[in-house]
Formats: sequence, C-alpha cells, structure tokens
Amino acid sequence: MKSICLYFQIHQPFRLKRYRFFNIGADHHYFDDANNEAIIKRIAKNSYIPANNAMLQMIKESNGEFKVAYSISGLALEQLEHYCPEVIDSFKKLAKTGCVEFLGETYAHSFASLRKENNEFEKQVEAHSKKIESLFGQKPTVFRNSELLFCDDMVDRVLNMGFAGMLAEGAPQTLDWKSPNYVYCSAANKRMKLLLKNCGMSDDIAYRFSDWGWREFPLTADKFANWIMNNPEEQVVNLFMNYEVLGEIQNANTGIFDFFKALPKVAASRGIKFATPSEVINNNNPTDQISAPHPTTWANATKDLSPWLANTIQNEAFNKLYALTDKVNRCSDKQIIDDWYKIQSTDHLYYMSTSFYNQTFCPYDSPYDAFINFMNVLSDFNKRIESFFTADISEEELNSLVKEKLALEAELAALKSGKKITKSEAKAEKTTKKAAKETKEAVEEKQVVEEKKVKKAVEKKPVAKEKETKKKAK
Amino acid sequence: MKALMFGWEFPPHILGGLGTASYGLIKGMSRHKDIDITLVLPKPWGDEDQSFLKIIAANKVPIVWQEPDRKFLKDSLEGRISSDEYYHFRNCICEDNRYIGTNGIGSVEFSGRYPDNLLEEIRNYEAVAGVVCRSNNFDIIHSHDWLTYDAGVKAKQITGKPLVIHVHATDFDRSRGNVNPTVYNIEKYGMDMADHIITVSNMTRDTVINKYHIDPRKVTTVHNAVTPLSREILDIKPNNNTGDKIVTFLGRITMQKGPEFFVQAARQVLQRTPNVRFVMAGGGDKMAEMVDLASAYGIVDRFHFTGFLKGKEVYEMLKSSDLYIMPSVSEPFGISPLEAMQCGVPTIVSKQSGCAEILSKVIKVDFWDIDAMADAIHSIVTNDAFAEYLKVEGKKEVDEIKWEYAGDKVINVYNQVLGYK
Repeated sequence: MKSICLYFQIHQPFRLKRYRFFNIGADHHYFDDANNEAIIKRIAKNSYIPANNAMLQMIKESNGEFKVAYSISGLALEQLEHYCPEVIDSFKKLAKTGCVEFLGETYAHSFASLRKENNEFEKQVEAHSKKIESLFGQKPTVFRNSELLFCDDMVDRVLNMGFAGMLAEGAPQTLDWKSPNYVYCSAANKRMKLLLKNCGMSDDIAYRFSDWGWREFPLTADKFANWIMNNPEEQVVNLFMNYEVLGEIQNANTGIFDFFKALPKVAASRGIKFATPSEVINNNNPTDQISAPHPTTWANATKDLSPWLANTIQNEAFNKLYALTDKVNRCSDKQIIDDWYKIQSTDHLYYMSTSFYNQTFCPYDSPYDAFINFMNVLSDFNKRIESFFTADISEEELNSLVKEKLALEAELAALKSGKKITKSEAKAEKTTKKAAKETKEAVEEKQVVEEKKVKKAVEKKPVAKEKETKKKAK
Repeated sequence: MKALMFGWEFPPHILGGLGTASYGLIKGMSRHKDIDITLVLPKPWGDEDQSFLKIIAANKVPIVWQEPDRKFLKDSLEGRISSDEYYHFRNCICEDNRYIGTNGIGSVEFSGRYPDNLLEEIRNYEAVAGVVCRSNNFDIIHSHDWLTYDAGVKAKQITGKPLVIHVHATDFDRSRGNVNPTVYNIEKYGMDMADHIITVSNMTRDTVINKYHIDPRKVTTVHNAVTPLSREILDIKPNNNTGDKIVTFLGRITMQKGPEFFVQAARQVLQRTPNVRFVMAGGGDKMAEMVDLASAYGIVDRFHFTGFLKGKEVYEMLKSSDLYIMPSVSEPFGISPLEAMQCGVPTIVSKQSGCAEILSKVIKVDFWDIDAMADAIHSIVTNDAFAEYLKVEGKKEVDEIKWEYAGDKVINVYNQVLGYK
C-alpha cells in the first residue's frame, strides 16, 4: 500500500538589528524585535493559523486517516510563545489528535552537527526534545537536521541520541539512479533508516503550484493523486516543505488550502494512505543503503551547503562563532545561553551568501552588511562571556583546568567499569565527584586570588616609583 | 570608419580621470581594425602613445592664413605635425578667424589645462575644430566632456556628419547642485545638438535625462573600465613601517569627493580602534578645511595628509594601504576604486558613485552615512579574513572589467547612429 508522508518545517530566526561597532561593549540586545514580531505575526495570520485549522479539520473529517508531521525549531517556538501563543495552542490541539508527529532537530536551527569537536549538537537536540515534550507531550523519535542537512558523519551521533530514523534530501549526488520513494538505511550505520524527500513533487506544490507558465498548471488534488498512483510499486512519497507554503509562499488566493483539504479524500479513493515518518520507518524495511560522504541539504539548485557556507566570509563567521562553544558552555547565565542559541541559526549565514542573494525576508542591503553586523554582535557576545569570568584566566590555564577535569572524569569512568557498583559505593563516588569539583573550584579560586595579587602589585609599583622620584626631587 | 574625436587630456599628462578614460576607451576601440581614430588635443606634449590613434595638436593647426618662413615653421611645429600637414590644414581655412589672437604661424596657444580663461580656450578650440573637420572625410564626430561639446557641434554643422557626445561628468556632479549657468548652457546645447549621448553610468544617464531634459532614447550608458596594470606597477612593494592598518582617501580634496565624511568616519573609528591610521592623499581647495577639521577632532596624530601625488606615487600609496575609500557625494563613474582593487586593496565606495553600479565585491555605503562607513572600516581593519576576501574577490572582479567591452559598446552606438544596423 502506498503512502504519503507529509512533513512541514517551521522556523523563523531572530533577525539581528543594525548593530554598529560602537555598540560593542555598550549594548547587549542584538535583535530587531519590532521586525521579528511583525514578520512572525504576519506569517501566523496568513499561514500558521489557517493552516493549522485546515489540518485539524482534515484529521476530523478523515477520522484520523490523515497524518502529518512537523518540525518546529526552538527559536520559532520561542517567538510563537511570545508573540502568537494562539498558534502554540492550536498545535497542542493537533498533538492531542494523535495524528501528528513532532520531529527532533537542533534547538537553534543551527549547523552545530558539522562541528565534531564538542557536544554542542547533542546539547541542542536535547534542549529541543525537552521543549517539544513539555509543550506537546511527545518525545521526538525521528530526526531532521537544519535545512535537511545530512551526511554520513552525523549518523552515529544521531543514533546515540535515540533516534531511529532521519529525514534527508533526495539529492541527486547521493541518490543517483535510485528513487526517493522507498525507505533506505544509511551506509554508515544500517540501524539508521532514512526518508528522502521527493524533490520534484514537493517543489510542484511548494514553488510551482501557482506558476502560470508551468505546463501542469493548474495542479489539482486529483491530478496529484494520479501521479502517485501511477508510480509503479513504490512505498512512500515524502513531501517535505516549509509550512509557509500554505498561505505565505503560495497565498490563500491560489487555492493552496483547498488543494490540501481535498487531498485526503482523493487519496483515500485511490487507496493511498497517509503516514507519519515514524510509522513509515516502523512499517517498512529498508530497500537499500544510501551513502552521503559530503553534506547534502535542501538548497534549491545545488543540494549542498553552498548557500550557507561557500565564501570565505561565511566560513569565517561560522568558525569564529563555534570557536566560542567551550567558553559558552562554562557559563551558566541564562541570557548568554539564550543569545548563544539565537545567533547560531543558519539564516545569519544565508544572509552572507554572495551567490544566492534574492531573499525576501533578508534585512540587509548586501552580504557584506550582514557579515559586518554579525561580527559586531559576535565580538560583543565574546566580551560578555569573557567578563562572565571575572578573573581573566589565560588560555593555557584554562586548558590545564579542562585537562584536569577530563582526567578526573576518566578516573571515575575507570572506577565505574572496574567494579560493579553497589549503591553505597555509588554514593561514595558521588562524594568523590563532589570533592573533585570542589578541588577544581578551589584551584580556580586560588588562581583568581593570585592574579589579583599580581595585579595589585603591578598597580603598586608605579606608585612606589613616583614616591621615589618625589623624594629625589626634594 | 573614420572617427574624429575631440578630447582635452591624454596620458601621460593628465589632470583628472578624463584623460585616463579617453585613453582606455580609444585603446579598447582600436582593437577593431576598421576603426580609424583621430583625436584633437589642445596641447599634446609629444610623448603620447600614438600607436593606435592619430593625435592632432590643436595649438599647431593654423586658423589664420600666414606664410611663415620654412625654418621658422619647422621650429614652431616642434614635430607635433609635419609641414605638409600644416599646409594641408591651411588650405582648409574657410572662415575669418582674425579676431582671435594667433602666433606667427597663425595658430592659437592653448594651456591644455583648466585655466581661468577656460571659456576663451573653448571658443578657440571650436575655431580649430572648424579647420580640422574639413581636412579629412570623417564619418562620425565624438566629443569627450563639456569642454569639447562646442567643437563637436561646430564640426557637425560644417560637415553634416553625426555627433556623439560622451558625458564623463555633468556640472551637477562638480557643484553639488549649484550649477554654473554658463557651463549648463554649453552642456545643454551640446546635448541638444548631439545625435547620440553616451554616459559613463546610469546615474549620469538619469541626470542627463532629468536635469537636461533629453529624450531617453538618445542616451546610452557605457560604463568605464580600467587598463591592466603594468609589470612595473605590479612590482611596487607595499611600504608600511608603522605596523598599523592604513585607510586611504585618494583624490582631489574638493566638495564633490566628500572628504569631510572621511574625516568624520575616521574620528569614530579612532575613538574605538587602536592601530589604524588614516591618510588623505591628494590636493584641492578643501584641503585647508580638512586639516582644520582633523585638528578640531584631535585626531591629527593618526590622520595624515600627503598633498598631491603623481604618477607612481599614487600606486605606492595604494599598495601600502589596507583599505581604500571613495566617499564621493556625486561621482559620475570613478575609476580610482577600480585601480585600488587592481592593487588588491579592499574598497568602500559611496552608493552615489557610478562605479557602484558595476561592482559587487566592494562595500557600498551612502556618502552621508558616517556610521555605516565607520562600521565597515572597523570590520575590515579588525577582521583579516574579511579583508582577504574583498582583496582576492575584488581583484578577480576588476580584472574582468575591460576597456575592450566598453569599446565594443561605443562602436555599437556608432553603427546605430550611422544607420548601419
């Protein structure tokens, strides 16, 4: 039995305000609140609310046969909670129907998965899962990365976080002659099942739906269902797109809502089911393996990272941003963590693209503007993190501390694996852990004190000299 | 096709961008072997490169009949034109020009610069044009910049051949809106009489259409380009021993170039950023005012003036710079940012410059937006990767802006005017 797997992406970044270099150190608010509010409210009005209503209606009318999946970034959720809580409510209603699945992704809609040296990626995914669970009462079991980013390197990391499946782009460079309409598994680890986007049919709806010049115009639900039915022996059609397609990219006048509303009935009459990604993954065995040595994304033409990480300035911004990871992780200040997520979203890199510069929501005149603004924000952010540690610990000292910590952790792990730990022993270990932490803190404090002493001494010296010179003068 | 061009400057003796532009354009056009270009200059120096065009020295062309002694004639001509040519020109005198003061061989002395009696020079140049245009059978007449419009019109009226005028600047650019009526009159007359007008940017085209009320169909934009640098210039070593980043303004210090915005941006940057120095290279009537302004801001320890730079010094200055800025209030085109990019210097230009229309690997700011300018300066001097990106990509971009392409477009205009296509 053929099925349609429908998945919508919702993400809105926190766009940066015009942040000049003379704001560095003086102004710690980076975001264009008025613009962000206006945009999210407009999209909610044109798209999210009517679309959610339509989905709810479709689920009710089809007695739960219609199914849909969403991936909502943490940043979008934050904005919705803040500016349009009614959208969150309607998503909660959808979640209660049991026909809706929420997928896991990075909280910040970031490319943290490209950084292997630390666990920023895992942290963000965990934060996102928690957020989804607290709002909608579901723990995501299928993962989709920002911009449908996928490559072999990240498969094990995603598996270790407990996800059984991943969504990816049906990119020609990985798919080659194969059809995207089957369940695959990853060549890097066969336990990871993959759903690949059917680019042609997804884009038919997302971009060509209202294109008068398209030879299939107008696209009706009947015609669309026939295409699926006439495909010989294929398991699933993965239609992945932005939620804004409903009502914003294709505005309501184009009939996009009616198209979707008609889809369940038309599909049912042809024996086509709807399924959520986790159902598809659980009910089908993988047909073949897919290998993606290089990252693939859902970028329009190239299906790679080129809109986000192509030119030098994008790479520079990306590297400078993630160079801060370790420092940020040592901060506990909530405001810093919040801002850290907000400045990571991939949109900031997209605005710096020199070859894909035709953005509708882009707040900048040129990619260089975007870069200058972002780097100003980043240097203020860096200063804030540094000032968070009142004493300026030098890099070397920091490294030695980190090493110490790692050594202690390794010792603990060795102890754990060496013995079967009884409860009492576990307790004992906890205390040793605490002790270790305390000693570390003590070391830090000592250093702070020492440094202060040195500083004072340095300050005292010139005073002493002055006194001497005065004496001589006398 | 024989083209008769009227120009005012030509390298190596140039006073502004006009000479550079005329040279590059003619050289680009000369790639077409069926184009034969004759350029009339008020006062050539004899060391111009004549391999691809013929230069006629207006100060040696007789406009009043004289019968000078052979020896005296030869001495007076200084080899600029031959005696045979002199006699040929003399046979073409059809008007009574005796009201004009002439020398022993019946020619006018030109300064070849922009003297106080510029209007008189323009009239005299027009008289010369009346003689030159009769000397050969030209197909088209092409006048560069307003000084030569009258000469072009005169030639057109005598020969009946079509006139193309090339607008390198208008008085609206030079005066920030306070237009000199006499100059406007000359410009407007030239534009009205021309069969076609070539402007160096769309911005200038708009000025011509809106401020001079010219039919848009008659106006075509041909963007300027830049001549590749010679080996000698490429080999110049950067010379910066200060250990600081150098931010350069290079050009005439006049109202049109917006020098005060540069000083103001410098002040903002210096308040926050160490290790930067600002250099204002060039001379001009606003220089004293800028020195005063910099002193009033208290930044003279890091703000330097070089005075007028010539020839190789310009490139030495550029090569030693880490950033080049052209904050012009109104720049019809502006070749110097392109030269900076050729030297591998990251560049900021004002959005009010014609060259901004064809450049994408530069930073563009409004000339009045000092905050944006300061921000861009700060970003480039503190971020090496960004500077490197602009340096490498900018050079790549500018290497593709060639006079050959501009020359092709001008020839297309000729063909169109002559009804060849």
